[in-house]
Amino acid sequence: MNPLPSSNQNFDLDIRNVHKSFGKKVVLDGINVFIKDGEFVTLLGPSGCGKTTLLRIIAGFEKADAGEIVLSGKVISDRSPSKRPINTVFQSYALFPHLNIFNNIAFGLKSHKVPKDEIERRVNKMMEIVNITDLAKEMPATLSGGQRQRVALARALVNEPDILLLDEPLSALDANLRKKLQVELRELQKKTDTTFILVTHDQDEAIAVSDRILVMYKGQIIQDGSPEDIYEHPVNRFVATFIGEANILECERVSEKLAKTNFGNLVLEKDPTWEKGGIAIRMEDIHVCTPNESFAENVYPAKILERIFRGDYWELIAELPGVGACESLKLRVMTDPDEIYNPGDQVNLYIDPQYLQVLSD
Amino acid sequence: MQQTEVFEGKLTTRSRMRKFGVLLTGPGILWLLVFLLIPTVFLMVLAFAQRGSYGSIDWHFSLLNLKRLLGFSSFGWSPDNLLILWRSVKIAAFTTVLCIFFGLPMAFWIANHGKSMRAFLFALIMVPSCTNLVIRTAAWMILLGPDMFPASIARFLGLIAEGESLYPGSFAVYVGMVSSMLPFAVLPLYTSVERLDWGIVEAARDLYAGPVRTFYHGILSQMMPGIVASVILTLVPSFGMYVISDLLGGSKYMLIGNLIQQQFGSASDWPFGAMLGVVLILTSVISLVIFQRVGGKNFV
Repeated sequence: MNPLPSSNQNFDLDIRNVHKSFGKKVVLDGINVFIKDGEFVTLLGPSGCGKTTLLRIIAGFEKADAGEIVLSGKVISDRSPSKRPINTVFQSYALFPHLNIFNNIAFGLKSHKVPKDEIERRVNKMMEIVNITDLAKEMPATLSGGQRQRVALARALVNEPDILLLDEPLSALDANLRKKLQVELRELQKKTDTTFILVTHDQDEAIAVSDRILVMYKGQIIQDGSPEDIYEHPVNRFVATFIGEANILECERVSEKLAKTNFGNLVLEKDPTWEKGGIAIRMEDIHVCTPNESFAENVYPAKILERIFRGDYWELIAELPGVGACESLKLRVMTDPDEIYNPGDQVNLYIDPQYLQVLSD
Repeated sequence: MQQTEVFEGKLTTRSRMRKFGVLLTGPGILWLLVFLLIPTVFLMVLAFAQRGSYGSIDWHFSLLNLKRLLGFSSFGWSPDNLLILWRSVKIAAFTTVLCIFFGLPMAFWIANHGKSMRAFLFALIMVPSCTNLVIRTAAWMILLGPDMFPASIARFLGLIAEGESLYPGSFAVYVGMVSSMLPFAVLPLYTSVERLDWGIVEAARDLYAGPVRTFYHGILSQMMPGIVASVILTLVPSFGMYVISDLLGGSKYMLIGNLIQQQFGSASDWPFGAMLGVVLILTSVISLVIFQRVGGKNFV
């Protein structure tokens, strides 16, 4: 409620066992997260995974069927959005069309009846921070997408909220501007020292800006970790394919740390818990052997079927012949731009056991 | 670069489109010219002529009609005409306010329904407008009569004395006016409710606005074009309305519409009627301009 929160308080957000259904459709199925003060957290998932609903429950626009939201030790689940020290940057920006940019940004402060000279000072300072000082008298309709985005950020942050929620804030912008604003968002978060909770379906964006990613799928958080952690150690097939691209090998456990695939046996670092399941390998982690290289294990002959130029790397489609009656398998492999392989080439592929990620399913 | 567009499968240029457009709007413009502009100009000229003997027109121009309208006659000054004009303005304004007041919730209520239900509700709203205005108004005469339930309820609540009825009088006029104008007020309001960006309403709540502030900045600000359209569609016709006041207002209840009708009818004083007509048009235009300036300033 207080637009000027005291600085020695800890604005930790605790989401406890939140459930939400729309009719018969379960949207959130037991969400438990603790978000520390000052973290940049991203809710990442495909559309319909419940990420936006969770954000709206935190903001107060939706009411959870069960569970509670606790901010700085106080339960805020029953408060209306206007009584929460939380502000939102909306997907469509939702700027007031009848107010100029200055008055749009000043809206929250005016609601709180902050003195006029203080409003002036804070709005001007905020406009400086987001680089829109020359737009004060403009109307929202005359602004470009990137400018509106900045106004929406300023309008929320000028209130110095405990938590800033961002609902796909960059989705309406073109790719170049999006990349630029990702960096700015990150800097803004550090500068304001505010907890940011961002919702996105764009994995690149999530990886670029976050301290921590919560991967959501079918109303549950299926993985919670740093971007590096989630990229390198996906827990299941969904995460492995949704974040970056990974080859998934269908395997059967043979003995301890040894699995059988179509194209031969794989030596693992970790023993799988299942009898049959998936193992993920990123395409940059498959090594194409030079003629004089040799490895003791996990080396497989393959034929290059295709190569695709991706600018900073080559993507190869390699075919690994099946052993016995098994079908052959296609793998995606990444090589440096100066390593040229042509379709039809016979190569040996080496898979380092440390990069093999045993999935839970 | 010349702008090109595909029109009816043929590539066409802006300038050709413009030429074609003139051709298409021509008949409409001609119609307005012949049947609206020329009669209006004639009306304005006629307003400064005099009534001749036996209702003929004496083309001798003076400001006499304007003086009469302001209440000056050979018998001295009387406020009657100005009172009638004031009453007309008041009734039109209140009718408009009431129509917006009742129309807003109706628009939200209709927009809240499914597609087929919405069509049905619209039909319900429009059906009365398909009946004749006189018949509809006559129906109110019966409904508001002394033996019907509205009068009984009003009597029970102590709003009217024993033996009195709700008709004739200003209450009956308001009932008739609002009921016949409401459909025209609801339509533009409904359109703007449908177009509402609820994100802006949520933004207001997110930025700590209370219910009144949220309604004003979140909803009203977005609906202003619809409200302006609604006001125009209600205010202009209700200002000139004379059938309803004639039937429901009683013999002493005059509006400017009735006065005009009288001049062109029983009084056979066309020039004075024309002057009243000119004043009616001017008052409508002026009130709309004032409304735009004051009400629509921040929005439109």
